[in-house]
Amino acid sequence: MTDGTAQKTQRKKSIREISPIDVYKLLPKTNCQECNESNCMAFATKLVNGELMMSDCPPLYKAEYQAACHELGLLLAPPVRALTFGTGALKCTIGGKYVLQRHEFTYHNPTMVAIDVDDLMSDEDARARVHRIEQFTYNYIGRTLTLNAVAIRSVSGDPVTFGKMVKVVAGTTGLPLILCSLDPVVMEAGLTEIKDRHPLIYAAIEKNWKSMANLALAFNAPLVVHTDGDLALLRSLVKTLNACGLTDLVLDPGTLAEDGLPETLHALTTLRTAACRDFDELFGHPLLGVPLAVWTSEEISMDVLKWRETITASILMSRYADLLIMHSLDGWVLLPQLIWRFNLYTDPRKPVSVEAGIRTFGHPGKNSPVLITTNYALTFFTVESDIKVAGLDCYLIVVDTGGLSVESAVAGRYFSAESIVSAIKETAVEDLVSHKTLIIPGLAARLSGETEEATGWKILVGPKDSSGLPQYLKERWPPRPPA
Amino acid sequence: MAEVSTIVYKKTKGTDHVDNIDVLSLAPRILELLQGVQQLELENFSMEIGDLDLFIPSRGLGHTLNSSSLHPPLPSKPTEILHESFQSRVTRYPGHIREVMLGATKAEGGSRAHTIIIGGSTTPAYADALILPVHPPAISLDVFDMKVSLPKVLRENVADVMEDPAEWARMNVKKFGADIITIHLMSTDPLFKDASPRQAAKTVEDILQAVDVPLIVGGCGDPKKDAAVFTEVAAMAAGERLLLNSVTLDMAEAKTLGTVAKAARDHGHVLLAFTGLELNNAKELNRRLYEYIPPEQIVMDLTTVALGYGLEYSFTIHERARYAALMGDTELAHPVISAATNAWAAREAWMAMAPEYGPRELRGPVWETVNALTLLLAGIDLFMMMHPASVLTLRDVIHRLGSKGSTAPSPARDWVGARIS
Repeated sequence: MTDGTAQKTQRKKSIREISPIDVYKLLPKTNCQECNESNCMAFATKLVNGELMMSDCPPLYKAEYQAACHELGLLLAPPVRALTFGTGALKCTIGGKYVLQRHEFTYHNPTMVAIDVDDLMSDEDARARVHRIEQFTYNYIGRTLTLNAVAIRSVSGDPVTFGKMVKVVAGTTGLPLILCSLDPVVMEAGLTEIKDRHPLIYAAIEKNWKSMANLALAFNAPLVVHTDGDLALLRSLVKTLNACGLTDLVLDPGTLAEDGLPETLHALTTLRTAACRDFDELFGHPLLGVPLAVWTSEEISMDVLKWRETITASILMSRYADLLIMHSLDGWVLLPQLIWRFNLYTDPRKPVSVEAGIRTFGHPGKNSPVLITTNYALTFFTVESDIKVAGLDCYLIVVDTGGLSVESAVAGRYFSAESIVSAIKETAVEDLVSHKTLIIPGLAARLSGETEEATGWKILVGPKDSSGLPQYLKERWPPRPPA
Repeated sequence: MAEVSTIVYKKTKGTDHVDNIDVLSLAPRILELLQGVQQLELENFSMEIGDLDLFIPSRGLGHTLNSSSLHPPLPSKPTEILHESFQSRVTRYPGHIREVMLGATKAEGGSRAHTIIIGGSTTPAYADALILPVHPPAISLDVFDMKVSLPKVLRENVADVMEDPAEWARMNVKKFGADIITIHLMSTDPLFKDASPRQAAKTVEDILQAVDVPLIVGGCGDPKKDAAVFTEVAAMAAGERLLLNSVTLDMAEAKTLGTVAKAARDHGHVLLAFTGLELNNAKELNRRLYEYIPPEQIVMDLTTVALGYGLEYSFTIHERARYAALMGDTELAHPVISAATNAWAAREAWMAMAPEYGPRELRGPVWETVNALTLLLAGIDLFMMMHPASVLTLRDVIHRLGSKGSTAPSPARDWVGARIS
């Protein structure tokens, strides 16, 4: 690999190779405690572990430390640069990746998902579609998952038509915008309509890079660089655009679905590996995936196309795409992407389990139901979210199953009559309620007999999924006394 | 997974003391040291992978760099493309994944029409365009030996055969193209029907006669009962190279692990070592099994969790295991299996939801498919699946990713200007 840039600078250190000493050397070393740490070494340790930010050290930004501050910024900068597009609270930040594999550190800045509109739509249709994009949400363990941006495609190829559509969309939504046309004249017409919206430009290619570079500079907008799988050309274009003074770049080696899928997968993997393992600065930019590309095939079945789009999107997201442009607005296509994104970008060092014990929801009284579940984080959050959404007044016993879900914990004997006995004892739930009835998860139904014997409590088998709790309690609580 | 964990370097039997500090100081330089090295052999060295306990804020570490300070604009803008080259680099790893053969033909002492070999990887899955999978991942379809409650969308494909495991197996092979059949002996569960090991063996025998593909035999999860069932089945199907699903550390605790492992060894079968998202446990279980059975007869199940219910833990545990194995940890260098059907545990897969989320007839199979595809990228060698559409899609993707693309790459179609309905 030849890398002119890398040869000039010292090899960048991976975030995992940076020691607190490396950081300490560049700090003011005055132990002023403005960061609320006892000394600069303590601050350095927290900075390298990511618990604090450089900006938590105000003195660092004094003129006398300017050089050290700059050097520290370079030391801690991720090998994949971050950039933003859009404005205000909804703006998208993409890239900023430190590592190739999630477990090496953690992934930052979740993959943003944009949905397209095109400039041949009627204003009315475009507005309706944008509203659907804005309104698509899903409540997942208490969080609201949403779509993030609108990509406006120039299908007409006409600057006036494109400009008009950009104006319509910008007037309808505050979501960040991606303007898509390979014709600089069309692009300029669009950009002129939204000078203050900081959109992302798609795209600079071999043929138009000069004009697109000028537009990106003139409108201060980040720019996608696209080639048809030619990575050497992609590198050349990035170098050229850097020389023009552009550093907010997104890389698009082209998305080929179906037969071309391996090529796309390998291109994205090669780019991200070069950035994170070899510190190739020219490839150290966010990556774009375009599942929408499946819609250009000859296939006519809408469901087949949507199926392909969801498959392609999930693969691209797992393999390093920082931004996706999609077409389908169907929930069954989008839900897996939004949920997988949420999961992929959680910190892998976060414990899988929550603390065992008893939780109180609403205002339970002596006759309120007592439920029981395991301490697997996602099981707990799901049950918690369902109870909260339904506004139930109840107690929930959380059993230490070593972070296993109900099904696995029953199979592995971590959730058993014995563990329920000790949980009842440890939580002193008998002091909280005046009854002795326990509702166990439906997936633990087989434990009911032995648990009833072991605890002396009456065991009710609850629903298999906690979404059924409100209905279940409505029908079954309070339990009818035995006839 | 432990809540607080550290990197622990454990001595293997008979090795000299390895100072933690020495190893830790080596760690940051190991990539440098390995530069240009084609092969690395670690002798008498074992390592337990734990998590570094770090807290990372989502906003990143460094402050935003002033872009002009990084790349000061040159006095004049280029007028031509500044040419750079790029040579994609092939990364070689010191370790590789063992190959495990499932099923045995008549010549090999069994009765299967053909065998299936899984494993053999020398790189992370699909990481390198130039290195194709040694063996494409295989797909097994589930059969249950008693009526089980299945989500509606799964049930309707198999409703006619649910009472007849042999017929169910036949349909999975003929109609849905299963490479392997998994027979789940649910009826042996002491808390369900408590069917006897003899009855269970009879069911397996029926399946062996109904289909000629390799079999996976699933127990009920009770360490004592499973041991009795597997021992009986192993003897009945001697030489068939069944995959016994599964052996666990609970069996070690119940003192039944040795019995099963010996039965598998003596009758020529393969063991599936199951652990719950914890690599240290996976390694410990494997070490215990090595006392009884050759490593080439062990497959690992590191646990597959449903999308939305912790798939990321499965994804990461597999990425870690595969990377550690390729870097030389032989205790993790076994092929891995994924029960992609676990995807159906997610309510988004089976529940009727508001119309904007689409019909479950599509959502369900998409869930199973995305679960499987995600773990395919993390290195899974064998999938246990159920929905025909998911099986078709996965097979299709495995085929595409496993073959050298056409010599001339298809040019990207113009999506920017495409008219899409």
